[in-house]
Amino acid sequence: MSTEQIVETREHYLNCAFGWKSWLLTTDHKRVGLLFLISITFFFFLGGAFATLIRLELMTPPGDLFQAETYNKLFSMHGIVMIFFFLIPSIPSVLGNFLIPLMIGARDVAFPRLNLLSWYLFVIGGLLTLCAIVAGGVDTGWTFYTPYSSLFSNGQVVLTIVGIFIAGFSSILTGLNFIVTIHTMRAPGLTWFRLPLFIWSHYATAIIQVLGTPVIAITLALVAIERLWHVGIFDPALGGDPILFQHLFWFYSHPAVYIMVLPGMAVVSELVTTHARRRIFGYKFVAYSSIAIAVIGFLVWGHHMFVSGQSQYASMMFSALSMVVAIPSAVKVFNWTATLYKGSISLDAPMLYAIGFIGLFTMGGLTGLFLASLAVDVHVTDTYFVVAHFHYIMVGGTMMAYLGGIHNWWPKISGRLYPETWARVAAVIIFIGFNLTFFPQFILGYLGMPRRYHSYAEEFQVLNVMSTAGASILAVGYLLPMAYLIWSLKYGPAADANPWGATGLEWQTESPPPTHNFDVMPIVTEQAYNYGNASPSVR
Amino acid sequence: METLAHQFDDVEQQREASTLGMWIFLATEVLFFGGMLLAYSVYRTLYFSAFAEASRDLDIVLGSVNTAVLLCSSLTMAMAVYQAERGNVKRLVRFIGLTMLLGTIFLAIKFYEYYEKYKEGLIPGAHFTWHGSDADHASLFFIAYFILTGMHALHMIVGLGLMSVLAILAWKGRFTPAYYTPVELGGLYWHFVDVVWVFLFPLLYLVHRSS
Repeated sequence: MSTEQIVETREHYLNCAFGWKSWLLTTDHKRVGLLFLISITFFFFLGGAFATLIRLELMTPPGDLFQAETYNKLFSMHGIVMIFFFLIPSIPSVLGNFLIPLMIGARDVAFPRLNLLSWYLFVIGGLLTLCAIVAGGVDTGWTFYTPYSSLFSNGQVVLTIVGIFIAGFSSILTGLNFIVTIHTMRAPGLTWFRLPLFIWSHYATAIIQVLGTPVIAITLALVAIERLWHVGIFDPALGGDPILFQHLFWFYSHPAVYIMVLPGMAVVSELVTTHARRRIFGYKFVAYSSIAIAVIGFLVWGHHMFVSGQSQYASMMFSALSMVVAIPSAVKVFNWTATLYKGSISLDAPMLYAIGFIGLFTMGGLTGLFLASLAVDVHVTDTYFVVAHFHYIMVGGTMMAYLGGIHNWWPKISGRLYPETWARVAAVIIFIGFNLTFFPQFILGYLGMPRRYHSYAEEFQVLNVMSTAGASILAVGYLLPMAYLIWSLKYGPAADANPWGATGLEWQTESPPPTHNFDVMPIVTEQAYNYGNASPSVR
Repeated sequence: METLAHQFDDVEQQREASTLGMWIFLATEVLFFGGMLLAYSVYRTLYFSAFAEASRDLDIVLGSVNTAVLLCSSLTMAMAVYQAERGNVKRLVRFIGLTMLLGTIFLAIKFYEYYEKYKEGLIPGAHFTWHGSDADHASLFFIAYFILTGMHALHMIVGLGLMSVLAILAWKGRFTPAYYTPVELGGLYWHFVDVVWVFLFPLLYLVHRSS
């Protein structure tokens, strides 16, 4: 009871000011992070609603619930909402925003007002896309392939593109802010190789955001121009080249996969060390592998185009490079696993998510190698094998890491402890639901079920029903944290500064942190993850 | 006089952060124009003769004058930064004003060129009228021309907005030899937009003039 009162009276970033203005005009990176948390949660459940409708349609072989056109819109909007308005901003804009200044011992990001602008751009882009959805949606798939998107589609292509264009600048500003913050705002003594790996991965992510996003912006703008003025930029009938669109699109959209998964890796590096109480195995390898993924990730986009008619020699190069990018990813997986070895592992919810991430990401990564091999890719192109593969990376990877991160830092963010038992149950439900949803899709794809159709052959029904059943379990798993985390805001026990007994500057300030993060600005004198190798839990 | 934002420890750190931020922003701009230039390069390689023919329809005199005007504006911008460094407020304001004047002349000439193209029916789309053969690919050239120079002009307009803010701040005496980072960064932006034009001019106006 007495600690309760101390928490109530101490001034921190949540109770320093009240009222909507103090939130909508805030430049505090922690509050901006929470604004993003609320907005992307909305988009997550919106995208999830589309997924629910897709899975309901696919319960039965004939297209009985929706017409083909409606179904096309459902999977398009599921992809657009989930990728551009949930996954890409998810970990960087919420956890990155909240944690990067805390982890490097800074009072805020380098450009707090740009940070707030980033949220406004995201909201404007999101609202425009919502308008497009309400006004009829799009049926192009999230890939907007031309000339269908520019000439033939009847949907709200231009409005959606404008929404994504604006949200893209939100992503650029976040990346720019992170790079500058990490370069110029580190606490005294916090050298590059003393940084938490969370920072390294976010730095690599930011490089991709800054260099990749402008290309998708101009590419989508060109599609909009072609559609509005009926000129032939990508239209073969007017001399344009649709393959050029695919090159430009994937030049961003493949690295965008790393915008989604590198922050997940950032989170997992922290979760594994915190909950195994061990220094990371091979710090420099894990740090450099993030940079390697960012750099090589820019050179593999052509593996999305093996059947597009691009030069076969280009395909061979892209295939080889795609194999190469697996190496730094594998380095991470091996090093996390080696970190667990002889660690004093506590299976708290964040650790369950981290282990889930390692397993599912490995599955997603290995099937990625199947797809990087030319011959196998031709066999499974545009089948459910591809769908299963990228859901293992994005949902099994990024989403698991995101939830693990939210749990791990929830005491820091909210000042409250979440109910551990419920959290463990939810983590297990999500893991089971996820595998039941997406593992059958590997088999479906291998057997030849194409993606993006609302009806399918009878023999695929059993596996599809399994997938739909899994999706409903997954939905329960996602609703649970929503419920108990909100519950914990009022009823959760108050958290002290460092409930996990973790290293890292963010745990040295109180929970929730004061507005300017640290009462005494920290000076760093030791490496990251200085748990001491053999020591048991000091909690 | 100078304003140190709360998140920074000292002026030096703030200057370093702002400058790095501007360079990263310019890197995103390179990629933004890069996407368009890639499309341009692909089509120029595939349809060289159509591009050469269409390029000759651009007004090389106006294009050259504009190049000169813009390069001069870079000189006046550099002079403005120099005067800011020396703390000479009057000359600083004068040079920013001169830069804005040259920028406006550039835009006026550019829009006159657009108007001429409109009169000649060279706006791509339904009303595109082409005197030569291969109208589709000539149209591709003009799409590239209008999008590239249009984006460039948009950046010029933003630049003029930035310059007017800088001029007002300079007039109010906000800049001293100890603090003139915004002038420096405005200068970086202005020079970048100039450099883009230095690429656009030969790529669009000088495809194959000799024949």
